[in-house]
Parts: sequence; C-alpha cells; structure tokens
Amino acid sequence: MAERRGPVLELRGITKRFPGVLANDHVDLDLYDGEVHALLGENGAGKSTLVNVLYGLYHPDEGEILINGKPVRMRSPREAIDNGIGMVHQHFMLIPVMTVAENVVLAAEPRKAGVFLDYDAAVRRVRDLAAAFNFAINPDARVENITVGQQQRVEILKALYRGADILILDEPTAVLTPQEADELFGILKTLQREGMSIIFISHKLREVLEIADRITVLRRGKRIETVPREGATQDGLARLMVGREVLLRVEKAPAQPTEPLLVVENLTVFDERGLPAVQDVSFGVRAGEIVGIAGVDGNGQTELIDALSGLRSVTSGTVRVAGKDVTTETAHQHYDAGLGHIPEDRHLRGLVLDFSLAENLALHDFEKEPYSRLGWLRPGRMIVAARRLLKEFDVRGGGPKTRAAALSGGNQQKVVVAREVARDPRALVAAQPTRGLDVGAIEFVHRRLVEERDEGRAVLLISLELDEVLSLSDRILVIYEGRIVAEYGPDVSEQELGIAMTGGLVPEAAAS
Amino acid sequence: MSEPQPPPPGPPEEADVAEPSIEADPEAQTSLAARWDLYQRTGGVITPLLTAIFAFFVGGLVVLVTTGKNPLSTYRAIFDGTGLNWFFPWVTGQEREFAAEDLQQTLLVTTTLILVGIAVAFAFRCGLFNIGGQGQYIAGMIAALQVGVWLPDLAHVPHMILAAGAGALAGAVWAGIAGILKATVGAHEVISTIMLNWIALWIGSYLVGFNGPLQDPNQVFVPVTSEVSQGAKLNVWWGDPKLQGLHIGFFVAIAALVVFWIVLNRTTLGYQVRAVGFNPEAARYGGISVGRNYFLAMAISGAFAGLAGSVDILGWLFRVDLTSVQLSSQIAFIGIAVALLGRNTPLGIFFSALLFGALLNGTSTRNLDPTVFQPELASNLTLIIQGLVVLFVGADLLILYLWRARAKLRRKLRSEPVAQR
Repeated sequence: MAERRGPVLELRGITKRFPGVLANDHVDLDLYDGEVHALLGENGAGKSTLVNVLYGLYHPDEGEILINGKPVRMRSPREAIDNGIGMVHQHFMLIPVMTVAENVVLAAEPRKAGVFLDYDAAVRRVRDLAAAFNFAINPDARVENITVGQQQRVEILKALYRGADILILDEPTAVLTPQEADELFGILKTLQREGMSIIFISHKLREVLEIADRITVLRRGKRIETVPREGATQDGLARLMVGREVLLRVEKAPAQPTEPLLVVENLTVFDERGLPAVQDVSFGVRAGEIVGIAGVDGNGQTELIDALSGLRSVTSGTVRVAGKDVTTETAHQHYDAGLGHIPEDRHLRGLVLDFSLAENLALHDFEKEPYSRLGWLRPGRMIVAARRLLKEFDVRGGGPKTRAAALSGGNQQKVVVAREVARDPRALVAAQPTRGLDVGAIEFVHRRLVEERDEGRAVLLISLELDEVLSLSDRILVIYEGRIVAEYGPDVSEQELGIAMTGGLVPEAAAS
Repeated sequence: MSEPQPPPPGPPEEADVAEPSIEADPEAQTSLAARWDLYQRTGGVITPLLTAIFAFFVGGLVVLVTTGKNPLSTYRAIFDGTGLNWFFPWVTGQEREFAAEDLQQTLLVTTTLILVGIAVAFAFRCGLFNIGGQGQYIAGMIAALQVGVWLPDLAHVPHMILAAGAGALAGAVWAGIAGILKATVGAHEVISTIMLNWIALWIGSYLVGFNGPLQDPNQVFVPVTSEVSQGAKLNVWWGDPKLQGLHIGFFVAIAALVVFWIVLNRTTLGYQVRAVGFNPEAARYGGISVGRNYFLAMAISGAFAGLAGSVDILGWLFRVDLTSVQLSSQIAFIGIAVALLGRNTPLGIFFSALLFGALLNGTSTRNLDPTVFQPELASNLTLIIQGLVVLFVGADLLILYLWRARAKLRRKLRSEPVAQR
C-alpha cells in the first residue's frame, strides 16, 4: 500500500511545551501516500497535541513540518487546510440547525451574484462528493436530526470538500457504537483506496490493529516506536504504550449479591428543554454486585445520574437508597441516606479546583464533626483526615494543602474516589469513573470498585466505555433513548450489546 | 499556624496532566472567582503595588499634559493635604497639629471605604458582583438616622449599637432583594443591584427632600433631615468632636476586616460561600444550596455597605441631606476599586481604602493649596486615578499574558534559524 516514493507528510523533532509540561518531546512522524497511520497512546501521551500542532492550532516550540518534502509553517488551521490537511475533531464542529450541505460548504460557499449562497449548487456538490466516496448521506437533512455516526461523515465530507488529501481523525470511535465504528472503518478504507492518507488517533488497541498500516506509539510526549501492523499484537502494543506489563482484564470473583440497596421504580426525568430524557426506568442494584449501564452518549445517562443523586428533580417514579425514599430529597439527604456519587465530570462537579485537597475531601461533610463544630471549621482536623485518605488512596503530587487544580487527572480522580468511598456509602453511583485517566489510574479505580463491591456495597457503573462496562459489571443494563431496553449477564458479547445500544431491540422491548 | 507544611508538589509524574487539550476544563478556569484566585496567586502583593504606581504615573502625565503643572509638586501638595505626614517624626509644632486634623479626615473617609470595600469583596468571594453599594449605603444611612432620631431617651451605648445595627440590617435587606432574585429566578445581580441603586436614590431623595416625610420641620428651606440625638452619636477618640474628629467607627471598620476574614475562612458559612464562588456546580453536587448562599452572601455584603452608611451618619454627618444621598454613588463605586486593588483580602482592602481615602481628602478644596493646583481639577484627578486603577487591575491579566507571549516569542526566535534551514 505505502508506495516508497517519499512521505507526503513528515514531522521532524516536534517539541511542544506547556507550562511545566513537555507535551511533545522531539516527535518524528512520517505519513506515506495512501497510508493509514495510527497514533497510539494513553490519555495525555501527547497525541492530540501533536496533531493540533500539525493542524496549526498549536505552534511548536521546536521542529519542522514537511509536506511533499517542502517545509511549511502552520500558523493557523486556515494554512493547514490550504496545505491539504483536514481534521475531524473528537467533538464535532458542526452547526446543528443547518443542513448537511450548508455545514459542508461553510466558509467556502458556492455563491450566486457574489453574495448569496447558491444552495442548489451546494447540495449538488455535496451529493457528488458523497457519491464519489460512496457515502450514504442526505445533503438536505439537518445536522441535529442525524445520528452521531452520520455527523462524523459530515465532518469528513467537510474536509474532503476543502480539498484535503491528508485526513486527521482524533479519537473518531470514542462517540460511536461498535456498528458505527465498523461503518467508519469501511469509509476509511474507501478513502484510502482513493489515495487519501490518514492519521488515526486512538488509545484502543483492537481498532488500531484493525485499521492501521503502521502504528506509532507515543508515551509521555515521546515517540516510543513505529511498528507495521504485521506482527503487532495487543499485548505488545499495550506494553509499548504503558511501559510495563498491564492487566487488560479486571480480576474478580463472581458476585454474591444480597439485599437491594439502590432501587429505582418507574423513574421519569425531563431534561433542560422539558423533554423526557429518562422514561419509566426501573431497576435495582443489590449489595455486593456491580450493575453496569451501557449506552451511547446522550441517551439519558446524565439525567439518570442526576436524578439518582438528587441533583435534578424527578418527574415521576421513586428512588430508594438503602430502603429510604429519597425521590424528592436534596443531594445532601441522598448522601446522608448512604449514597456515594463519583460524578461524570471531575472538573465541573467532582472537585472545587481552587480548594485545597483537604477542603475538597470535606465537601459533603464540612458541616459535621470532625470537620466543623457549631458552624466553626476545624482546618486542623480536615488536614489530619485528608492526610490519612491521601495516603490510603495513594494520591501523589501534593499534600492536604495543595490546590486540587495542581494535581494530574488521575490523582484528582483518586481524590474524588477517596471522598466518596471513605464516607462508607451503602450504594455507590460511579459515572464514567475512569474518563481521561491513564492505564495505571484506570487499574486503580477498577480494582477499588471491585473491592467496594466485595465490601457489600451496591455499585452502579455508568460508562460510555463498553470495555469498562463489560469487564467490571455483574449485570449489564442497556439504556437507549431514556429507556432500559435490555439486560444481560456479564458474558454478553460486545456485538449483542452494540445492537441493543443503537435501538436494535426497541420494538421487542416495547412489546415486553 | 500549627498546621504542618505540605510536601512540595513533585514533578508531574502522571502523564495525563501533560495535555491541556482544548476541552480540558473550560468551566473550571473561567468562573469569575476562580480567575480572580488565579490572579491573586500569580501576582501576590507586587502587582497591586505596580498597578497603583502606574496609575499615579499616568495620572501625573495627565497633570503635565493638560495643565502644564509639575506633577511631582502636585502630588506633594496632595500628600500634604492627606495628613499622612503626621507619621513623619520630623513634622512638629503647628504643622503637626494641622497634619493630625487632616489625617483624621483621611481616616474618616477610609473608614467608610473599608466597609464598602468589604461589601464588594464578600460578594465577590461568592462569585457575585455587588454594584449595589450605593443603594445599600443609602438604606443604611436612612435606617441609622431614623433609629438615631427616635428613642432620644435611650442610653448611649445601646442607642449607638441599635442605630448602627439598624443601618446594617437595612443594607442587608436591600441587597438581600437582589440575592433572592438571583437565587429564585436567576436575575443577574449586576442588573438588579443597579436598579436597586436608583430606587434607593430616589426614595432617599424623596424622604429627605423638600416636604419629604423626613425633612427637618424646623428648616423647611433646606433639604435635610433632623439631627440624630446625642445618645446615638459615635464617640470621637481623636480630635475635636465639634470639628469632625475621628470616631470609633474606625475601629468598627478594622473589626469588620477581621470578621470578614474569620467568616470566610473559619466558618462553615464561609466554606460554602467560597465553594459556590469557585464552582457553583461542584458546590451543588457537594450538597450545598447554591441559591441560599447567593442570598446570604448578598445580604452579608449589603450589611457591610449599610454599616458604612450607619457610621457616616452616627459618626460625623448626623443628618442626611440631599447632597449626601446623591454623592453616595461616588463612595460606593470607589468601594469597588478598593476591593479590586485590595484583591478581596482584608489587608489589601485596608491599604487600598487608605490610599483612596487619602486621595479623596488630599484633593479636597479645603486641603489642597490652590497656588499649586486647582482643587476642582484635583478632585477629578482622584477620579482619573480611580478609573486607571480599575482599568489596570483588569489589565494586569493582560500584562501577564503579554509577558508569557514575550517569553514564547523569544524561544521561537531562538529556534527560528533551525526551522528555516
């Protein structure tokens, strides 16, 4: 596939520093015509930084970029686009109320009389482009009405429309179901046949082995190795990624569930727009088991989590924690009833980043002894308690008085987990507990969740990472459009889950 | 403090800190209070000092360019009018007596500015911008006056406390309205406090104006209220009580600074206020009622501004007249500059209140030698410097940014030849 006539793109010695951090350390990368080149690395390994440098979003401190052997400077995305580079960001840059065609031609519109958008021409061109690359997409559909997978195709079309021959995809499968990911891979293979060169960013070993011709592994900002797909194995790549042997699978004994501690009955919750986001959901989580909720992002998980923890009002139905009806109670009363809650977003919710670790660890209980007495804080007690917790949960990078913002993501998450677990909750809601963590921290959090299960807590795991749900859960519920559409044991196949997650079972579920 | 020092934060060993990607944490750093805190940490005490010096420098340029006078001698004359030369041991005799009188006036203004500065700072720590100091100050003046005029037979100490407390309470209620609106319907406090300022201004003008219900019946041709009774007046501890000596309200203001620090840092209420100020969503998740804290922070903030009105009335004004109602906006807005320059810390507020108090007094018609500089222009100079301070406080974030950009550019230039070849 990779014809040996010089790379179309070469990065030489790219170095990018952020305050206190070396995000890219003399990274080299070359990309040949018609090649799919995967950038593999943990979160924070410097993958996104590297492609943002390439796309002109960051300016490198050192190093150079060559396109077809000629050095170029990328001062802005505009220049990157002019140099034939297209990028599909992890978070799409689309305007929801506009149609597919409008989105694609944006900033380079075909015009009538110099000023007016020639919409028909736009539709025609988008249709031609889609046909040329064998995309199934309706140019007249509004972006807000199409699926995430289709939106991603719009992003790709956008890049093609602007004449890209090098396409960068930043974690493209993070938002997709397994089926949609397969479709994406089909598209990428078509593009490859048409002569596109593709940089594919991922931290998932399996898909990298499926799609890439060559794989460059980054670790802590450095290029570790570039290997051809032939002969590469998951274990070998994982070792390169992490720098040591890793357990890809969580070890745990079969669950010994007892009495139900978190019980949800006929729960209906509305979102901000007043539309039902969670509809008539019922389930129970028993002491000593981990129940996973699998689903594609945006199917009501956030609203469900909020309703379970008292952060959003419930329209109908009940939530009981350890037998106590807390449906209409405040978040505070949920905690007092025995709920622990590891929130989805540790920056938005889990931590007050400008508070010290000691203050953060007291976030739920600052009004109780020993953190305060009669309305007076006792900072000394906070620090003593914090020191113990930080040690127990192996939080590194600071002491009780360190600001939370100064810690790395993994250590921040450990602080959140420490706070929620140390309160000795009966039921623990863990929402995306390993989001943005590296493999080491993920291992820690997973082990801890299993330990909490074995301590006799009821653990509800809500995650977008299918691997995580599969490896931790004793039972798996699938949420789709705000409803629980299926329940599986721990041995369900990823394929089967994927079908349920995209609504493949809906008629059946509605009937039962 | 007995608390042991934390170990120095080690190098970022965990790799995931290494990538401040675009979506890292937009929310975490953008909240007003969080940005403020960052800013505080980056500059320490140096930046506010530079800010003030720079403001005076530009003010001096304005003097030079617009009037042709020597800025140094102008500042010297202003300084002599502030009475701060009282602190110099070589100032003796009659000069020292004059200096003492001037300093009393300066500290009188400082007292008020400390209190309105705390008002702004306290709300700020909860993520709120209380622009309503003026309304709360007016409410405080009128309530203190009323309690001071009524109950003429009450004993001295309880009367003082009752009257001052009434002023604080009135300020709290006035600001509390904005707090409730914010907590319940989400009305932005900047808008509602500005509107409440105007309401207070016109209600106040009506009450004390001609034929108003509070106008002194013995002076029907002057828009002024009756005088507070002798028992409610604050004791003067320095200078002549008949010539506006310095009253004990100064100590009230100093005590308020201590209370401000203790409430914020040593009570559960302060913990909640700071949590809400830094990150309301995290506070809510933590089980803290955000709305309740918005209300409480506004009310407490208003109490400080109301107290400022009280001590002015009970300390040296003794009556509310139409001018003092209408001039209240100046006091309140300088309070914002005080809090900004003082970076919402007790010590900072004290010194910036002293600075602005000295400026106001030093440029007043009475104190500035007209042969050196026209006092009418000088009071405008105060406003100019105040404006510059507010501008530069905002701007030193910009300066910080430019500083970093410069360092970046340097590095780039160094690597340039390599990249070009």
